Amino acid sequence: MSNKLLPQGSDWTFENLEIYQNVVTELATDWLGLDLYPNQVEVITAEQMLDCYSSHGLPSMYNHWSFGKSFIENHRGYKSGQQNLAYEIVINSSPSISFLMESNGLPMQVLVMAHVNGHNAFFKNNYLFQEHTDAEGIIDYLIYAKDYIADCSERYGDDRVEQLLDACHALENNSVDQYPRPPKKTARERAAVAEESRLFKETNRNDLFDVTAAKDQTEHLDNSTRFPPEPEDNFLYFFEKYSPVLEEWEREIVRICRKKAQYFYPQRLTQVSNEGFATGTHYRILNKMVDEGMIDDTFMLEMLHSHSGVIAQPDYDSDYYNGRMNPYALGFAIQRDIERMCKEPTKEDEKYFPNLVGQNWKEETKKAAFNFKDESFISQYLSPKVIRDFKMFGVNDSTADDFVIIDDIHDEEGYQGVVDKLSTTYNLSQVLPQLSILDTNIRGDRTLTIQHKMVNDIFLDPKEMPAMLSHVKRLWGFDVEIVGMNDDGIVLEHIASKNIKGL
Amino acid sequence: MSVIIDRRLNGKNKSGPNRQRFLRRVRANIKKTIDDVINNSDIQDIGKGDTEITVNRKDLSEPTFSHNSKTGRRTGINPGNKEFQSGDKVPKPQGGQGEGGSKGSNDPEVTEDDFTFLLSQDEFLDFLFDDLELPHLIEKNLKSATEFVTKRAGYSTSGNPANLNVIKSFEKSIGRRLAMKSPLKRKLIKLEVLLLNEEDEEEIERLEQEVEEMKRKIKAVPFIDDFDLKFNAHRKEPVPATSAVMFRILDVSGSMGEEEKILAKKFFVLLYLFLTKCYDNVDVVNIRHHTIAKEVDEEEFFGSRESGGTIVSGSLEKMVEIATERYSGAEWNIYATQCSDGDNWESDNQLVMELLEKKILPMCQYFAYIETMHGKDSFFSSDGESDLWKVYKDISDPTFAMQQVQESKDIYPVFRKLFAKK
Repeated sequence: MSNKLLPQGSDWTFENLEIYQNVVTELATDWLGLDLYPNQVEVITAEQMLDCYSSHGLPSMYNHWSFGKSFIENHRGYKSGQQNLAYEIVINSSPSISFLMESNGLPMQVLVMAHVNGHNAFFKNNYLFQEHTDAEGIIDYLIYAKDYIADCSERYGDDRVEQLLDACHALENNSVDQYPRPPKKTARERAAVAEESRLFKETNRNDLFDVTAAKDQTEHLDNSTRFPPEPEDNFLYFFEKYSPVLEEWEREIVRICRKKAQYFYPQRLTQVSNEGFATGTHYRILNKMVDEGMIDDTFMLEMLHSHSGVIAQPDYDSDYYNGRMNPYALGFAIQRDIERMCKEPTKEDEKYFPNLVGQNWKEETKKAAFNFKDESFISQYLSPKVIRDFKMFGVNDSTADDFVIIDDIHDEEGYQGVVDKLSTTYNLSQVLPQLSILDTNIRGDRTLTIQHKMVNDIFLDPKEMPAMLSHVKRLWGFDVEIVGMNDDGIVLEHIASKNIKGL
Repeated sequence: MSVIIDRRLNGKNKSGPNRQRFLRRVRANIKKTIDDVINNSDIQDIGKGDTEITVNRKDLSEPTFSHNSKTGRRTGINPGNKEFQSGDKVPKPQGGQGEGGSKGSNDPEVTEDDFTFLLSQDEFLDFLFDDLELPHLIEKNLKSATEFVTKRAGYSTSGNPANLNVIKSFEKSIGRRLAMKSPLKRKLIKLEVLLLNEEDEEEIERLEQEVEEMKRKIKAVPFIDDFDLKFNAHRKEPVPATSAVMFRILDVSGSMGEEEKILAKKFFVLLYLFLTKCYDNVDVVNIRHHTIAKEVDEEEFFGSRESGGTIVSGSLEKMVEIATERYSGAEWNIYATQCSDGDNWESDNQLVMELLEKKILPMCQYFAYIETMHGKDSFFSSDGESDLWKVYKDISDPTFAMQQVQESKDIYPVFRKLFAKK
């Protein structure tokens, strides 16, 4: 690293962008030790940025009216000044494509380039992304998907394809494999397993102690007539494989939507950690550049101005509070806290985080980002200090009461409660209804039974039911019912398409 | 490792197809708004500027399985504790969720129910004239075409230097060089092999000379030659032009009140927008008449304050006159639209009938008669029908159509009826 001052001022050119991009990337890989996908930086106009927004940032997405609606909403928000376009959008792909808006000044572009490197490393190294997404193949797959869907539109009509897509979009929240599926066994392998288990049962048969015998008899009845044998969480997967009414091309479109949902799944579960890591990365890189004399104070000031806007956290009683912690604020605070605990631990840190004290901060911050999702990131690393800084407090809200109860606050007794509560809010099962396909009544009228595991006595929103049941019915071809049970197995809720007019 | 690309010149309007699909989905709302717009706006404002369309969010819903926020128990963490202690009971704000009085909304101006967006002028006109056309429009035949369009037609070996296709020329040149050099190169290799193994001094010298000769020949193959050159070829294609003329006939006699005149004018403005939007070259001829018919320009057509009695035949005669003078011949598609309140000089009706049947309808592709009756039955005749209506209703020619317009809100539906695509 030389101590030479890099180009300053507020206007960017392609030359100085390239200079900064090289410096920033070098700092990211050599100094921070980040493992990155190759970077592809694209300069775009504001209108193109709006296009990106609407297609989830992906450069090639199939066409659908909902993207048109989303474009209009974003455009209106942008035009009326209510919404600032993201300074950057970056895609989980290899090469990692990121977009710079042409209207940003040079300091902003440098900040964005540094920030993007954080995301890049996160996409490449976080375990959830490694498990669930294929960065090398996503762009090509989407191009294929777009062409396929356009082709189907021509062949079978826009309306039919649009209705199918509407149904698929409605179910995307419930169409993700949370764990990789075991590879399918071949027929020979399945026969071998069955033979092995039969042999084992025969040689180990002991009538005296065999308590499973009686159970087997009844289980046999249940399992052979019940399909699916185990509840299926992934709705689109189920319909793609087993729906009696879908044609081949429709199954392919269902599969495309399912793959898309799977691709975005990790992003949902890691928003806090991802943004925290990227913000931390740009903060560290920029400060290093100041230390090395590469940028001067005025340059840095402009970046800091934007940076502090991004990590701002309004209080609960502020007009700007939207009900949740700002993921940038929370993630960045935790990342910086980990750094602090490694470098300058206090007595309190030694008590709560002995594993971090005195460790290499670069390794520990990476470990925190790459090996956890938001829920576990927070439960592992949220410290009393951060809780005090934000003055976090826990609220118990029961709809039956007209008051709320404050329980844990930022004191000694409250810390663990705050950590537990906050991390739970990032558990999808708290946010999304837990639904699985229980039975298809194949010997009867093929009514699809969906099981809703109710949490905390929360019911499903009845306003959405007619539309949702109609979508499910379209994909399954027969009637649908939802059975909601609480933890004790008591049925509290029953919704059936038979009972809804017009379905 | 890092690549920086300038995409700003690339595809603008990538969301174009998505916007199209969105507009299709909300067509019903758009059509309804259009009806209101025609009804309520001034004549000169129709079709100008952006139109705001409101859609109920229910029609645009993207449903998912979600929780009913009015049931169950929830816990949450909020920042910024000022004075709460553990165990405090805080009353919930009226009608809100108990997470400490947050406003929650990101855009307070837009209500929950409505989604509004702007339709551009072009899009507005597209929807306005969706599914409409000039009926029986015959495409001009190719022989008497006066318009040509230049199209690419492959390549040719001769042409204008401006049309030189560099890439194709180089392709040819590479091919030729390969063909000419390969046998020479093969010979050269053979000679060099012989040279390697040769011992005899004289032979060596002779072989070296031959090698030199070969090399010279290879060098002499020209890099590019005349017959390598390829030029882009063009061809002129005749364009079947459609010519149409629209006669607008307006009755400005005393019996046409202000309201009737406004209805007629609105109709004509709509007609004009339709013609200019959907067709490339349509001539428009304006004829005003009271007792005397006159051809006028746009301004006078709408603006002039002359008035008088009514002799309808005059306008029809004028039309015939102009048509035979300026628009005769097989190339012209002739259309006419007549607006009147139906009142006519008693003895004129016969003449009108004759003119229409014998002269006008035979030469017209389509004749539309619009009777403007502002909220009243015709008080000119006892059986509720005006003079012209009585005369016209007996005409059974398929090129003739007649409709009534009583109020502003009738104009657009009537327009659509008259010009619906068959």
